[in-house]
Amino acid sequence: MNPHRKRAKTVDRVDSADSAAVSSESTQMRPFPSKPLSVDRVNSVESSDSSRMRPFKDKILLVDRVDSVESSESSRTSQFAGKVSGFDRVDSVEARVDSAGSTRMSRFPDEVLERVLALVDSHKDRSAVSLVCKEWYNAERWSRRHVFIGNCYSVSPEIVAARFPRIRSVTLKGKPRFSDFNLVPEDWGADVQPWLSVFSTAYPFLEELRLKRMAVTDESLEFLSKKFHGFKALSLLSCDGFSTDGLKAIATHCKNLTELDIQENGIDDLGGHWLSCFPDSLTSLEILNFASLNSEVSFDALEKLVSRCKSLRVLKVNRNISLDQLQKLLSHCPQLMELGTGTFMQELISGPVTEFKNMFSNCRNLITLSGLWDATPLYLPVIYPACARLTFLNLSYATLRSDELANLLSHCKSLRRLWLLDTVGDKGLEAVGSCCPLLEELRVFPADPFDQEILLGVTESGFVSVSRGCPKLRYVLYFCRQMTNAAVATIAQNCPDFTHFRLCIMNPGQPDYLTKEPMDEAFGAIVKTCTKLQRLAISGLLTDRTFEYIGKYAKNLETLSVAFAGSSDLGMEYVLQGCQKLRKLEIRDCPFGNAALLSGLTKYESMRSLWMSACNVTMNACRVLAKERPRLNVEVMRDEEGGDDSQANKVYVYRTVAGPRKDAPPFVITL
Amino acid sequence: MATEGLGLDITELRLGLPGVGEAKREKKRVFLDILGGGSEADPSDDTGGGGDGKNRNIGVVVGWPPVCSYRKRAIIKMYVKVSMDGAPFLRKIDINGFKGYSDFVRALENLFGLGDECEYTPIYEDKDGDWMLVGDVPWEMFTETCKRLRMKKRVSDGGLQTKA
Repeated sequence: MNPHRKRAKTVDRVDSADSAAVSSESTQMRPFPSKPLSVDRVNSVESSDSSRMRPFKDKILLVDRVDSVESSESSRTSQFAGKVSGFDRVDSVEARVDSAGSTRMSRFPDEVLERVLALVDSHKDRSAVSLVCKEWYNAERWSRRHVFIGNCYSVSPEIVAARFPRIRSVTLKGKPRFSDFNLVPEDWGADVQPWLSVFSTAYPFLEELRLKRMAVTDESLEFLSKKFHGFKALSLLSCDGFSTDGLKAIATHCKNLTELDIQENGIDDLGGHWLSCFPDSLTSLEILNFASLNSEVSFDALEKLVSRCKSLRVLKVNRNISLDQLQKLLSHCPQLMELGTGTFMQELISGPVTEFKNMFSNCRNLITLSGLWDATPLYLPVIYPACARLTFLNLSYATLRSDELANLLSHCKSLRRLWLLDTVGDKGLEAVGSCCPLLEELRVFPADPFDQEILLGVTESGFVSVSRGCPKLRYVLYFCRQMTNAAVATIAQNCPDFTHFRLCIMNPGQPDYLTKEPMDEAFGAIVKTCTKLQRLAISGLLTDRTFEYIGKYAKNLETLSVAFAGSSDLGMEYVLQGCQKLRKLEIRDCPFGNAALLSGLTKYESMRSLWMSACNVTMNACRVLAKERPRLNVEVMRDEEGGDDSQANKVYVYRTVAGPRKDAPPFVITL
Repeated sequence: MATEGLGLDITELRLGLPGVGEAKREKKRVFLDILGGGSEADPSDDTGGGGDGKNRNIGVVVGWPPVCSYRKRAIIKMYVKVSMDGAPFLRKIDINGFKGYSDFVRALENLFGLGDECEYTPIYEDKDGDWMLVGDVPWEMFTETCKRLRMKKRVSDGGLQTKA
């Protein structure tokens, strides 16, 4: 068989797998080759060397091994020797003539290829580049500076370090998303330390680390701050396991810090002293976000820090910072682009609004505003001078009413993104529709999600109003207590460009409140009309019909969240068969069983992950899946209360090239 | 509904930060649901018992609605529960949305559909657990100390029904 052609076939197969793995995030780490042969290849590479930066000579050897596995007619090392000088890389591969004589890419010197590829940022594009041919694969891996790993267990740090020798920036995500809602027990895993340990030798010049839903300890933060001397940017989102002591280490030791972004973490807040640990010599800070920390920091230290960091463009303070303190801070950094305020009220109410009147008048670059805790009609006007330029306004911690919001929004013509609490009601949303024609993203959060007696909030009417006035809407997250099929159909007509549609009708299994019918037609309308839809979250009373629609029409769908929906296995089967680009499927409390689970047997490897909890899946079916698909990790989480041992109450399935987890806690069973 | 101790134990709601002790509460309610409890229809249900009545009273389910833990803790409950003598349901009101007593009392009356000839007087329970007449203390102090409200029915002599 023509070896070249064999290679091509393999490339196609990987290609189609990859095209399903589309994501809007930067540089996705595709598991190092998805071809079965490649796993062997990786293993043979690894066994010969650790993840350290290889010396020059070894790199050539590496390539040789890689090549010889794949091609049955490669010419051997003799040709490399001559090419060794000058290039520490795989360019010498080019010298080999493919004995099948088939056409090859016209050759660039490697420096040109790499220079060109260095300009390719999107990880999707980089994945495609790496599949073209071996030259390009190698040029890509050497030129990559940022790696994105959407599931920390899909690959090991050693494999990453082996493939990408020159990484400066890593994005790493850990726990399944439903851990945000307490569905994943503590100590599940996703510890960042094993990654840091490998990176400390493989990437001593690492500059950026962005973690989401990872377990992070203070020791890890200290390790990070001490082992990576050029470290610049740390972002922690929805992580847990650390305290403000860890932040102290970062502030103290990271001499070149440009970014410290702490958001929504399960952090043990032991006090605000960490902020005072920034040395006087630190002037490089560009992004500082400690809005989600509760303890008071030293205002004096903060003021001095802000004054000396002339490049500061993002500052988000916590609620303890008062209005007059904020005013002082703003006087030092008028260049800010993004601001998160502290509390937006003053205790002494004695006609003080005038003293804050000019607080924002010098902030000519401000485009994002958030915080605004406790904002009342008395002080909100203070931000009006800045409103015309705002593109993102986050009011999701301000309990505004409809009239307050309307007054505010009348100044905000440029808004593209708006986050609200449902205290603004339908009337407030009418104001959104009237005032913000450029709006692309709207998120409406429930002020009181767990109280069932409350009848406030927003309804279908508010959503429809927004859709009428904001035809450019592409991203919506909407929590409500009632909805109708007709309203959603209207919304879909008004806003055909939805890419993200997340509707949460808060009472599980609630039908159209007017017709009493299931909400199938609502989501049917969305998927039929909004052909660009990438992400969908459904709710309300839903039968298999909804899933039939999704499978039939949602051809660009990548992420689907399902709860309390469906009538039978068919529902899940429709989706698995029809949604070619599906990457993440998370399901809870649905009547999907073994047949549904196993219908996706050939699909799961083209996806990042599947979550199923409180469905009808048994351990045996999970075992079958695990046996048939060794490149998937099939994990079952045991309930504390015991219950039926044959049922698999929480199932997490994901593709991996790293094999079963070695750090699984006792309650996680890998089948 | 018993008036002894105002009989409001069933409406007990901690006004601490949301999420505190919540996991426990959620677990309890889920258990109730399994036992088939929580079957009282909610008379204030505007959806008119739409669809499956059972769904309406499914109780609090773990991890639902899908609001992340941080946000649950961060949204301070500014709403205060208001009950009314003789009414088997509660309303909630955002005290911080008002500038003073007159606005506030009018809103309270609107909340229950009471007219001007109102035979109800609002009282509130403060931080110390004492029941006070609304209007007794300065407005700011009231907004800080009010934990819950009740619309007390006046008796014919203009006073309030006495209670323990």
